[in-house]
Amino acid sequence: MKYKYYRKFKNFIFALLVVFSALSVIIPLFMILKFVFTQGMNSLSLDFFTKLPKPVGETGGGMKHAILGTIYIVLLGAAMAIPIGVSCGIYLSEFRKSKLAKTLRLCVDLMAGIPSIVIGIFTYLMIVVPLKSFSALAGGIALGIIMLPIIIKTSEEILKLVPAHIREAGLALGLPRWKVILFIILKGEISNLLTGIILSISRASGETAPLLFTAFGNMYLSYELKEPMASLPVQIYTYAISPFKDWQQQAWAGAFVLVTIILTMNLFARFVLSRLNDKKGN
Amino acid sequence: MSKINSKTQDAILFYILRFIAVVVISILILIIFELVKAALPAINLSGLKFFISRDWNPVEDQFGALPFIFGTLVTSFLAVLFATPVSILIALFITEYLPKKLSKIIAILIEMVAAIPSIVFGLWGIFYLAPFVKETLAPFLKTHLSFIPIFNGPSFGIGILTASIILSIMIVPTISSVCRSIFELIPRQQKEASFALGSTKLEMISISVIKPSISGISSAIILGLGRALGETMAVTMLIGNSPIISSSLFSPAATMASVMANEYTDANSPLHIASLCYIALILFFITFSSNLLAKFIVKKVSRT
Repeated sequence: MKYKYYRKFKNFIFALLVVFSALSVIIPLFMILKFVFTQGMNSLSLDFFTKLPKPVGETGGGMKHAILGTIYIVLLGAAMAIPIGVSCGIYLSEFRKSKLAKTLRLCVDLMAGIPSIVIGIFTYLMIVVPLKSFSALAGGIALGIIMLPIIIKTSEEILKLVPAHIREAGLALGLPRWKVILFIILKGEISNLLTGIILSISRASGETAPLLFTAFGNMYLSYELKEPMASLPVQIYTYAISPFKDWQQQAWAGAFVLVTIILTMNLFARFVLSRLNDKKGN
Repeated sequence: MSKINSKTQDAILFYILRFIAVVVISILILIIFELVKAALPAINLSGLKFFISRDWNPVEDQFGALPFIFGTLVTSFLAVLFATPVSILIALFITEYLPKKLSKIIAILIEMVAAIPSIVFGLWGIFYLAPFVKETLAPFLKTHLSFIPIFNGPSFGIGILTASIILSIMIVPTISSVCRSIFELIPRQQKEASFALGSTKLEMISISVIKPSISGISSAIILGLGRALGETMAVTMLIGNSPIISSSLFSPAATMASVMANEYTDANSPLHIASLCYIALILFFITFSSNLLAKFIVKKVSRT
């Protein structure tokens, strides 16, 4: 009889542990969000979006150049990664068992695991050294390489879920296979594919390490492809480790903007994808 | 109008797709090639001695990677040590304890942790976690556990312990989401069988859920480790960046990723650059092989 209580007691303790461990991650999450929110709100103003940084010592100024720079570099990366990534997704879902597909799948998994700083150094060696200058182009390529595995994986997953009878119906009409892929499968899944792309963009927008020695950053507004360009994460980093109180406040405002953008994109994409899985799963 | 028949059209598409697939594969090969090429001067000069030499002094052109390998391994090991039990318990909480609707919300919250950029973790770490470690955690550990040598020494707030804590929070989503997908594969009958034998929930979990998932859990841990090894920004901001090997957890240190982030743009001498590339190459192969190992385990599990 006593042993029964002991077992029940152990069971209860374990349940407590389980709840406690969930809290031990959710609490820091909310602390970070609260910190970013309150600190960011304090120093956020319209100037932050519309003005350039002031020299050290003067208060005020904003991060207009970094916000635009991030958008520019991320779009540049996306423009390179989307066509390649979606094509690879098509290849993997259409020729699932071919030897090349297996190799590609392995390579994509390994690529996803490469530390982003290593990709930064690789892009530096490939682009910055030959061009002899830090450039937005190099930053875009670095982010493109980071997005690539995510886009490939999500598009493969999405295209795999297309039922075989849709493909067969197209082929039965006498269409060549490329038309089936392009006009039936891709057209039907375009919104889901976009969701996967948004997910990869949200991941790339927060990357700092690969931009440190590719796009590098500067204090001016620039749209030049071959010149250094500021980005929000790098700007936050420079300001956060600076000794100036004013800059640190700006870093918080930057973090607030970055987190808001990324979490919105991420939650939206997850919501759409989970609805897709529910629909196809049942 | 001449029409190419549909077979040729398809063939063209296949060649294009195949070409793009080869391009992606060659990016990976190119990364290895470029890193080796750039690291070659350092490899030729110090060879394997690079791994065991503990002097890192760019001014004197002395380069040894041991402090960084030590820093990376210690912080990642501690992060995995903290994160593993928590992640497994969270995965159990989501799959076994919560009703479906609620479990989805908790799962999304955990995934949100993975979406937060590492620079924001670093920012929070500098302004919140580091002071907390300095003023609360370190004094507490020092007064109660000072008989263990790793809890001795002065605490500056930033250092190995702080970096490990932030890393462990960051890798929890990775480990727990893999664990979750493994636990979800457990057939219902298997769980009901152990309930039918009269086990409590804890006993059911240890018999029917944990035991058959051991190898899956280990691959989840390795994936988490891979993420911790390569994590750069948050660690760079919190570890103190000094290439020393100390037995104290409160001491500042440096990791392979953090030394690259810190010194690469300022590196002037060719040997310095080559040495940093050598470190990048080592880091690449460590994460590469850990991911390969994790994949291998997953493959073996899914076959049985």
